Amino acid sequence: MSYARLEEGLTLECGSVLAPLDVAYRTYGQLSAARDNAILVCHALTGDQFLAEQHPVTGKPGWWSRMVGPGLPIDTDRFFVICTNVLGGCMGSTGPRSLQENGEPWGTDFPPITIRDMVRAQALLLNHLGIGRLFAAIGGSMGGMQVLQWVATYPERVFAAMPIATSPFHSAQNIAFNEVSRQAISADPEWHNGRYWDYGAVPARGLGVARMMAHITYLSEEALTRKFGRRVRRDPAIKGDTALEPASLFGEMFEVESYLRHQGSSFVRRFDANSYLTITRAMDYFDLSAEYDGDISAPFLGCKTRFCVVSFSSDWLFPTSQSRLLARALNRAGVNVSFVEIDSDRGHDAFLLDEPDFDRTMRGFINGAAEHAGLGKAG
Amino acid sequence: MRLDQRLIAEMIAPKARVLDIGSGDGALIDYLFRTRNCDARGIEIDMKEVTRSVAHGLPVMHGDADHDLAHYPNGAFDYVVLQRTLQAVERPREVLRQMLRIGRYAIVSFPNFGHWRLRLQLLFSGRMPMNAVWHTPWYETPNIHPCTIRDFLTLCQEEGYIVDRWLAVDEAGERAPWRRSIRLANLFGEQALFLLSKR
Repeated sequence: MSYARLEEGLTLECGSVLAPLDVAYRTYGQLSAARDNAILVCHALTGDQFLAEQHPVTGKPGWWSRMVGPGLPIDTDRFFVICTNVLGGCMGSTGPRSLQENGEPWGTDFPPITIRDMVRAQALLLNHLGIGRLFAAIGGSMGGMQVLQWVATYPERVFAAMPIATSPFHSAQNIAFNEVSRQAISADPEWHNGRYWDYGAVPARGLGVARMMAHITYLSEEALTRKFGRRVRRDPAIKGDTALEPASLFGEMFEVESYLRHQGSSFVRRFDANSYLTITRAMDYFDLSAEYDGDISAPFLGCKTRFCVVSFSSDWLFPTSQSRLLARALNRAGVNVSFVEIDSDRGHDAFLLDEPDFDRTMRGFINGAAEHAGLGKAG
Repeated sequence: MRLDQRLIAEMIAPKARVLDIGSGDGALIDYLFRTRNCDARGIEIDMKEVTRSVAHGLPVMHGDADHDLAHYPNGAFDYVVLQRTLQAVERPREVLRQMLRIGRYAIVSFPNFGHWRLRLQLLFSGRMPMNAVWHTPWYETPNIHPCTIRDFLTLCQEEGYIVDRWLAVDEAGERAPWRRSIRLANLFGEQALFLLSKR
């Protein structure tokens, strides 16, 4: 697993210092001689750095394999693409699973982190790689929050920004959903106050339930209906095929239940409960306007970054209204901003799925920005 | 590009900051960027057109003249363009005010309801006129505030706007020869084009 150990470490917003700091990352494509073609792709809550290659744990293709690669909308023949595991994650970057100086894992003692801390950790990695300026920062959901924070913190280091299916602050509804997830984890008998490793346990049921609940918010009613409807499957573990056995309340399972259980259990294999708590909390804290009296445009005043804000029509977790609020705030700041709502019935997760209009938007925005940046035409 | 768009482009100085309201497929902003080196952006209400424009690398916002202009800062642009849309907005007077708040110049084009053929149609048939420009029946037309060239000039006077340039054109693409007479332009011009600024 490739990662950078940054000895100087990072002082977090809460005042704690993480030193040394590990940032796990993957890169695709070649950095140009002028070092002007780097694109940082930021992952969502449960994503990781395995953007466009087989995932080492699940064996599945990278989470944006359809978007990033040679000739794809984020074209690795032209651009040098970097994806990091976020600070607080569990795929190699410093997080609750990392060991402290005393050799113990951090667990729930891991300090609270913010989206800005994640971005500053990424900036340290870019310094380490010798990349002063990003051609673009792109990301969906929590990745979009990082993109916004990147421009707010380092406006001169980002030429183009694409925040997708995201918001300039985490809404009360979003915080509420996250709290239900966290409560599910801490209610698990295997939780052991977050020191589950001491007992050779993982709070698998709680983490699974958290994932199931969150997964519902990533979809839409139409998507669930189309995919599963009210179809029922007999659970072979509970019942045989003989009609002689008595029926029970849970003798059969709706397809949608089975799907959610699968989502929950496969998630537990690749994610750490304490990371989930740390990262959801970082999202909850996110509010770009917090230091500016509620003015979302303030962090972007005088900013030269070209923006493309994208939302999806059926996303009820990060609805279009929040993207419009962001786009208008950017207008107030005088920023060059495009704003597109992609028509899709697949909910928040649409940004990870095959949506041709979205692909065209991505390709067009990147090519247009590259032309303005003087990077030349698409090959 | 349509004729009125070419005429609009002629009014715009190189390297200007331009906001094109109702940018459609983005033809004007693309032209301004490529031939005049302008920082040109668009606002468009039709999402298909927005997606198409952004997919061509053009900076376009989904939005409309009535609700989105208020979110731009004073003097953000040199020119704010409203092509063939004034008659379709909810509050034309407010839209013009916003245009001249956020831009130094406003360029407005609209189809002239005072054209002689429309007058004749209404006079002889007693029904709402229909032709190549006004081509939707009254019950589904997006044009809720049709006006004539003289109406528009009156509004500009009331609001204290300076008419820096104006011209009337016909639909076939010819610049109309009655440039000095507003009365004749109002009778024979199918499209009107105004360059306005504030005192």
